[in-house]
Amino acid sequence: MSVDILVVAEQRDGVLNRSTLEAVVAGQELGKQLGKEVALVALGKGISSLAEELTSKGVKEVLTVDDDKLSDYTPDGYAGALQQVIAAENPAYVLFSHTYTVRDYAPKLAMKLERPLVSDCVRYKMDGNALVFVRQVFQGKIDADFTFEGDGPHLVSFQVGAFNADNLETSGAAGAVRNLSLSMDNVEIRTKVLDVFEGVKQEVDLSKADRIVSVGRGVKKSENIEMMKDLAAALGAEMGASRPVCDDGWLPLDRQVGSSGQTVAPKLYFAVGISGAIQHIVGMKNSGTIVAINKDPHAPIFDIADYGIVADLFEVIPEVISALKES
Amino acid sequence: MKIIVCMKQVPVQDSLLKITDDSRWVQEAELNYEINESDHYALETALLLKEEHGGEVVILTMGPRRVKEAIKQGLAKGADRALHINNESFTTLDIFINAKLLAAAIQQEEADLVLTGLQTDDYGFGQTGVILAEKLGLPHASIVMEILKQDGSIKVKREMESGWFQSVELPLPALLTIQSGISQIRYATIKGIMMAKKKEIKELSLSDLGLAEGDVDDSTSSLKFHKLYVPEKTKQAELLEGDPKDVAAQLVHKLKNEAKVF
Repeated sequence: MSVDILVVAEQRDGVLNRSTLEAVVAGQELGKQLGKEVALVALGKGISSLAEELTSKGVKEVLTVDDDKLSDYTPDGYAGALQQVIAAENPAYVLFSHTYTVRDYAPKLAMKLERPLVSDCVRYKMDGNALVFVRQVFQGKIDADFTFEGDGPHLVSFQVGAFNADNLETSGAAGAVRNLSLSMDNVEIRTKVLDVFEGVKQEVDLSKADRIVSVGRGVKKSENIEMMKDLAAALGAEMGASRPVCDDGWLPLDRQVGSSGQTVAPKLYFAVGISGAIQHIVGMKNSGTIVAINKDPHAPIFDIADYGIVADLFEVIPEVISALKES
Repeated sequence: MKIIVCMKQVPVQDSLLKITDDSRWVQEAELNYEINESDHYALETALLLKEEHGGEVVILTMGPRRVKEAIKQGLAKGADRALHINNESFTTLDIFINAKLLAAAIQQEEADLVLTGLQTDDYGFGQTGVILAEKLGLPHASIVMEILKQDGSIKVKREMESGWFQSVELPLPALLTIQSGISQIRYATIKGIMMAKKKEIKELSLSDLGLAEGDVDDSTSSLKFHKLYVPEKTKQAELLEGDPKDVAAQLVHKLKNEAKVF
């Protein structure tokens, strides 16, 4: 038996990364388009219960590679195993969710296979018979179209959030588990994993906040944070921040919103001086009402905001504060 | 310790980008360029390691003539010398070809450590560093936040999602891709700028790299790039216009009466 569309599952300690289901949704939609079936592959040590769980995710098969060398994630282990899986199954497409882990090993796998990976795609579309993969360049300001030529395997990773895991179709028959007994003897693991740990303990749980004022690079310097705190006070909001603001120490790390920080969905999200890099957007796009203030009219934040003000934020914010106080 | 730092020059952030008539690239004439953000941190990491352990820092960059500006900045900050692959006649989006070129330059150097930024702010594939490692046969770690050099190996802290980290040990030589924001980037001093003038910038041609024109031909690549375009908007904010006092009043009114958040 071989596989048409292979989706690579991501797990840690037997717990599935939710973005894997987004990649399955991408696979299912692509499969419908192309008349092809979807299979999942999971790598690890002692993952039989995870494999069982995956059979209900609307895929035809769940392939597993269970090996001591895969107990911890390493790029050598994952790329080495997947290279063999792909050689044996010869899928037309191999799909990933573009997580930090995938960023670490998928390009290595691509090089081993000498098959290009089109990374961090936001969608695909049909152009006649051609399947076009769309990815963003210039930090989300411009889209770029790519196609594959010739036979697969074609490697594609999709941006986290590009597909909605709620659209997973699970109505079909449960998939079958197939344990691939491939040999990892020739795969040398050069990376020694010493520890996997959670960084700063989050002291502020922004996910429970009703209103958040988040500040970005546009506030320019640490002294200007005070004005933003006044705005937050006037709104009765918590302070949030984009990554550069926390990197520079203007606000503590536990205020960071985005892929490396917290995911929030307040009723009101005020994005001040935030351009809207995807790493930030994934952490706040489900907010109720989004207000963006930025001097760059082309900033991607305006694509997801409800209300936008294109202006010098240092002129507008004091006026917003006094208008709030008056009302 | 000999460290090679791969650096790329990209249009400055917040540039107003206009797509060329053939939809293949952006109009470059009016653009200003800067060193890619995470590459700044890769260079800073290399300079800090050199200060602590001694050795040499070599900048490797690929691009047209204008990238000399980026090289000079790096040399002024303290890098020892630079290698420049001038790719004006064979610019390509093919990552394998670009990695082949960079790898050929690195192979001539016998470095202990190769550093790259996490990803570029222009194409943003985020693949070149990792592909380069595989091409060079080196172990790698990506999205690196901290580095501790040991005898014959390094210990690094790498970032995973949602505030999780992995601590790993790698034998040297190795390649690391560096996350932005992991240190405070230094400025060049006047003395550094003066000293940089005497430092070597070696330009490498295809034949210097032991490659031929066929090696940089992307016509047989199975991934085809078609065009660039401004994203179709799925949603566009309602833009409030007027003087600051006026827009502030409009905003508060709308939040209260339309969005009903108060």
